[in-house]
Amino acid sequence: MILMSRIRSLAALAAFVVLGVLAALPANAEVRIDITRGQMKPLPIAIPDFAGGQPQDTRIGADIARVVSADLERSGLFKPIDPKAFIQTAASLQAGPRFPDWKAINAEALVSGKVESGADGRIRVEFRLWDVFNEAYMTGWTLSASPQDWRRLSHKVADAIYKRVTGEDGYFDTQIVYIAESGPKNDRKKRLSIMDQDGEHHRFLTDGSELVLTPRFSPSAREITYLSYFKGVPRVYIFNLDTGRRESLGNFPGMTFAPRFSPDGNKVIFSMAENGNTEIYEMNLLTRQKRQLTFHPAIDTAPSYSPDGQQITFESDRGGGQQIYVMAADGSNPQRISFGDGRYATPVWSPRGDLIAFTKQKGGQFFIGVMRTDGSGERLLAEGFLVEGPTWAPNGRVLSFFREAPSDERGRGQVVRLYTIDLTGVNERVLLTPIDGSDPAWSPLIP
Amino acid sequence: MKLRFLTIVAAAALLAACESAPSDTGAKGGAGQTTPAASSGIVKGSKEDFVANVGDRVFFDFDKSSLRADAKATLDKQAAWLKAYPNYSLTVEGHADERGTREYNLALGEKRANSVAEYLKAAGVAAARVKTVSYGKERPVALGSNEAAWSQNRRGVTVLN
Repeated sequence: MILMSRIRSLAALAAFVVLGVLAALPANAEVRIDITRGQMKPLPIAIPDFAGGQPQDTRIGADIARVVSADLERSGLFKPIDPKAFIQTAASLQAGPRFPDWKAINAEALVSGKVESGADGRIRVEFRLWDVFNEAYMTGWTLSASPQDWRRLSHKVADAIYKRVTGEDGYFDTQIVYIAESGPKNDRKKRLSIMDQDGEHHRFLTDGSELVLTPRFSPSAREITYLSYFKGVPRVYIFNLDTGRRESLGNFPGMTFAPRFSPDGNKVIFSMAENGNTEIYEMNLLTRQKRQLTFHPAIDTAPSYSPDGQQITFESDRGGGQQIYVMAADGSNPQRISFGDGRYATPVWSPRGDLIAFTKQKGGQFFIGVMRTDGSGERLLAEGFLVEGPTWAPNGRVLSFFREAPSDERGRGQVVRLYTIDLTGVNERVLLTPIDGSDPAWSPLIP
Repeated sequence: MKLRFLTIVAAAALLAACESAPSDTGAKGGAGQTTPAASSGIVKGSKEDFVANVGDRVFFDFDKSSLRADAKATLDKQAAWLKAYPNYSLTVEGHADERGTREYNLALGEKRANSVAEYLKAAGVAAARVKTVSYGKERPVALGSNEAAWSQNRRGVTVLN
């Protein structure tokens, strides 16, 4: 439905039909993807192996090209060209691109790069992005790093390409924390787990001896706040990724849950349930002062700050069923924003500030959707027997969520998987995990 | 230890569910109601006695935490038993079915546990004996993704400590 226009060089020859309107594109425009328009056709890009001096450099160079390709392909915005089609060799590319060779295989963008081991044991990685039709250099950099950090360097290359071509920040040098699940439905083991956004570098952070749920990153990406049933008592904890230690947010009279960091990292907002009533609170991590933000006998939960920290979106059944509300960060002026059919839950404010993602229940199905922060412009992106828990990539263009399949009376058929989908709703992908996974939370770009 | 106990309870509930007619889903007062008293050498006043002869759980309607008439009947029996055996403290677990979002179901489970706890206290069980915990949708006893299973999973369970 929504079409993305790709502006290309030599486009005087080209005209696209966009939403049924014939639109002539400007001549000599550079390679560009407008990701606000939805996808028409991914940009063909050639990503040859990065050249290397030493054999180990050559190996890393090939690995980098593979990871960059995979990142860009999964975004749905790029179509890496099969290397078997390449005419110019990676070695000769070091002397400069022979653009006709790349035009001949319809590459619109070209990546060149090299890897060199230094005497200090570090690798120097250089990359260049080229506009094939304009025969022009677009961007590039040189970074040095420890050889075992080659994956992060690859994601940084992909981020740089994404940003130069779309004008938006990338989201590839990021991690996802989630809950790994195993065992029968009535005795499910759940483990706090973390991995790179492409599923690599996977590790379990807890051993499954206690039930853990709903992890969320701090803005520094070094801490995770989550719910644990440690010693049988459901409470909010903060896990430090550097020390591997966790601490309780505090001792409260009731169950604490649904935690989320403030954008400055100085506060955690959460729910506390006490005597049959769930309210939203904030905890100042510097002063350890707790403040109650909602005052209503209904269930008020799932709070999420706006990126400027001035507002909080949350869900409440104070109007009957679950609906989404927005209030000021001090709890004043709560306003309902969702008025569609069905129930609306788990609101999460986009890092760009423009949208709120949610889980919707209607007609026996679950949906992942987005709406503007005033509740208008609702769009449903994914659907299933159970889809839940959207989380935003840091650029606000992609969401992750989980999907669970129904099971029979013996528990057979249950599968719980993480997914990603872009805002156009057309590029849904499974995010592979070693075992079942739920409750994903996307990190900011790793500092 | 608690987990093993729950497994026994779950097995009892499933057994009871199997014995009932399909149209009878979820409307039962307790897992032990069909078990004749003193059928298998259960010691009076034991945890097994409570589960088998009183019924350790009550069931809720979808998205509700109010007590149905059958639930109140079970809780009256629980309260009488608990007053007769005052040495037990108890934890009321609140549970939800899988047809809700995770955090909402945690809150709903807490409301259900609180409804049960408040009823028992009002019926004369000392408040100091009663604790609550919510498991949301995390600990179903019936595994199917259908109303028969969901009606078994929307429950409040009185666990003796």
